[in-house]
Amino acid sequence: MSSHTLPAPGDTHGHDAHGHHDPNLQHHFVEMAQQFDTAKLGMWLFLATEILMFGGLFVGFGLQQAKFPEAFKAAHHHLDRNMGALNTVVLLISSFTMVLAVWAAQTGRRKVLITNLILTLACAGTFLVVKYFEYSHKIHDGLLPGKFFHYAQGQPNEYIFFSFYFMMTGLHGSHVVLGMGAITWLLIRAIKGDFGPGYYTPVDLVGLFWHLVDLIWIYLFPLLYLIG
Amino acid sequence: MATTSTPVTHHGGQHAPHASYLEDPQYRGLMSWLTTVDHKRIGLMYLWSVLTAFLLGGLFALALRLELLTPKEDFMTAETYNKVFTLHGAVMVFLFIIPAIPAALGNFVLPLMLGAKDVAFPRLNLASYYVYMTGAIMALTAILTGGIDTGWTFYTPYSTTTGGAVTLMTFSVFVLGFSSIFTGINFVATVHKLRAPGMGWFDLPLFVWGTYATAIIQVLATPVLAITLLLLAFERMFQIGIFDAKLGGDPVLFQHFFWFYSHPAVYIMILPGMAIISEIIPPFSKKHIFGYRAIAFSSVAIALISFIVWGHHMFTSGQSQLAAVIFSFLTFLVAIPSGIKVFNWVATMYRGSISLDTPMLYAISFLLLFTIGGLTGIFLGALSVDIHLHDTYFIVAHFHYVMMGGTVIAFLAGVHYWWPKMFGRMYNETWARIGCILVFFGFNITFLNQFAMGAKGMPRRYYSYLDQFQGNHIGSTVGSWVLALGLFIAAGVLLASLRKKYDAPDNPWGARTMEWETQSPPITHNFPNNPVMQHGPYDFDAPAVRRES
Amino acid sequence: MTSGAHAAGHYDHANDWKLYLGILIALLILTVVTVSAASFDFGSANVIIAVLIATCKATLVALFFMHLRHDSAVNAIIFLSSLLFLSFLLILCLIDIGSRIEPKPANWKGPSPGVIYPADLDKPVAPATGAAPASGTTPATPAAAPAAKH
Repeated sequence: MSSHTLPAPGDTHGHDAHGHHDPNLQHHFVEMAQQFDTAKLGMWLFLATEILMFGGLFVGFGLQQAKFPEAFKAAHHHLDRNMGALNTVVLLISSFTMVLAVWAAQTGRRKVLITNLILTLACAGTFLVVKYFEYSHKIHDGLLPGKFFHYAQGQPNEYIFFSFYFMMTGLHGSHVVLGMGAITWLLIRAIKGDFGPGYYTPVDLVGLFWHLVDLIWIYLFPLLYLIG
Repeated sequence: MATTSTPVTHHGGQHAPHASYLEDPQYRGLMSWLTTVDHKRIGLMYLWSVLTAFLLGGLFALALRLELLTPKEDFMTAETYNKVFTLHGAVMVFLFIIPAIPAALGNFVLPLMLGAKDVAFPRLNLASYYVYMTGAIMALTAILTGGIDTGWTFYTPYSTTTGGAVTLMTFSVFVLGFSSIFTGINFVATVHKLRAPGMGWFDLPLFVWGTYATAIIQVLATPVLAITLLLLAFERMFQIGIFDAKLGGDPVLFQHFFWFYSHPAVYIMILPGMAIISEIIPPFSKKHIFGYRAIAFSSVAIALISFIVWGHHMFTSGQSQLAAVIFSFLTFLVAIPSGIKVFNWVATMYRGSISLDTPMLYAISFLLLFTIGGLTGIFLGALSVDIHLHDTYFIVAHFHYVMMGGTVIAFLAGVHYWWPKMFGRMYNETWARIGCILVFFGFNITFLNQFAMGAKGMPRRYYSYLDQFQGNHIGSTVGSWVLALGLFIAAGVLLASLRKKYDAPDNPWGARTMEWETQSPPITHNFPNNPVMQHGPYDFDAPAVRRES
Repeated sequence: MTSGAHAAGHYDHANDWKLYLGILIALLILTVVTVSAASFDFGSANVIIAVLIATCKATLVALFFMHLRHDSAVNAIIFLSSLLFLSFLLILCLIDIGSRIEPKPANWKGPSPGVIYPADLDKPVAPATGAAPASGTTPATPAAAPAAKH
């Protein structure tokens, strides 16, 4: 079907029993509440897949860390704790602004919604900028994954730590970028006035996704930066 | 004979038959198919795609069997042989069996059984098909540009060091995994939220329970495969040091990660097969299913237990003895819910009024073959026996009895059962039965021989072998020809029916589940009105179903 | 009906932002706690402490920011089951790796290897004596023979 929200022309019949046509109601749902609950359930299922995908990396990291504790400890000292902590704070704040955006949509505060979406985007951008400085520092020092590792005083097996560091933060960072795309899309629709107490499903779903991104960073930060 | 119980169609006001989903004037032409979000059309597109993959994988299998007719190298070198058995395995597993029942038949039938107009997320459903096609094209590219000789399991360290297109193939499987995840998410949400009014969890047809359990596995296991294959590809490309012992990695860890997905994936394959059998046996026995709740719960139990038994693939791989003992014990647990199902099916047939139409013939074949496959699985779950039998033809025969004798036979049963609903035509019953019988005997000739030679020590994955095994190999190869003949007859019978006009009644088998209450083939929106649950799915004593109008 | 879109909309949302602000402050405090806890060395408890604090934070995010507190139970079950199955992966892998016996040649007479360091797997062991290669590279370098393996 052509658009995300409007049912295609052929879909509008068959709802006469309900007496109204919410333009956001898709043809195979009976009412908006059912559609909302279904969408949310689907999002949670998707989040479960995300958790297991990242989880595989966490398990691999944990097992290799147990195997080479010294190398991992030495390697994690190359990470900048302050940068990591800064990014943690930035992401937590972005989660807060995101939940405010959901709340604003829920309660019909359009301006608050738009402001908070912009703030969330700004936080996400800050996160990526900090990440960029961290990455370029690592690249400059040769602290790189696998065969690219060429740090002069490196301990044996330190490169395994950096393999995981780059894979985990890279996968996480790609989720930040995806989330920014989704939030931008929300912003455009919010400016058009698509959301309100009657229909705010997309805001809620993107919010869930964004909180998951935050949630994963909550674990990444201590494991990579603090414990090593 | 089964048609005698077809409900009398209600000749109400709007009976002038609606155009079916196949020729709805609103949706005509190629583009209407390529952009469709109708679960029935997506199911059909999946059906033709997986059948193509089945044909391809089957041709590889026939080539392998032909090479094995004599002990020496005939027309394949060792390297070609490795590539061909990898292709056979990878195509059959990732392109055929995993999507076959859920994505093709499940897509078509599940919403109809629930009385829903579509799956929960129709666009995601279409996306899943295109993701599948992307993965399939990547896999074909990998085959054409160098091939893969690792076996479908991609075991390290071989897979991180061998040449060929392994990286591309792992990405292809990565992509295919997402198609499977999308289907799983869709089905879980559909079952939770789109049931017809009045349909509680224990009014669901057992096919729905089975696909629901499958979908849980798809959602929870597939992501781990995705990350595993990503790690493998990175290990190959960047030597990140996780699976390669030379770099500080652990090759057995790869097997842990791989089988954490791939063992549950075995149940992604067999659970929907079991679900079809639960659906077919009652109407052809004209009896309520025996032990409805036991079958329903056993599906979920299998799904859950399947996550904690993966180590039985690794008894000889160097995992610790403690882990092996734990996994062996847990493996035996899976036998319990599987046994519950088999006993309940047999009890359903007991003193039923059994009619041996083609779907039922396949279902009975399933009972015999799956039981053999399941019982030999118990042998293999026992640690000491497995040391003797691992990597022999015994294993090959065992999993073919489960995958082919179980899932593929059930898939064929389902295709024959729902064919009238999907395409509105009845096929030639006599020839279809002949096909089924040939498949049954051909299958047994092929794989009983493999049990025998595996127990005698014939190792798997070799293109040549000692002369003493030739008798069994000849038997197995001849059996594969009979099997192929049966399958071609079955395919021919089904395809021939498509040339006829619509002649299928709404409910040719006298079944009681909801998909038979709409016309054959169904209209685009499935039901003329929103259907309401009026009787249970196996309620053969209820008055004849009346189609709403 | 349109207002039906509130899944949990049976109470007044107007003051929710205060609650969210409180949660944010709690999260920031926990971040400070976890950073300062990392400056002490609790030995092997380091990981446990860090993961516990992270789990507290994650719980707050899930319950309040992700609305699980008021949401349908199914969503919480999905979320928790993903963690449950992840723990299966972790625990069973740990059982295997924690109880493995070191692979070494049956006639190995070198020093008890701990872990045979990967680089040495390339080098042959003299078949007759089982001694380590003559070059004098003993298998275990200090950084690489983790006591954790025993």
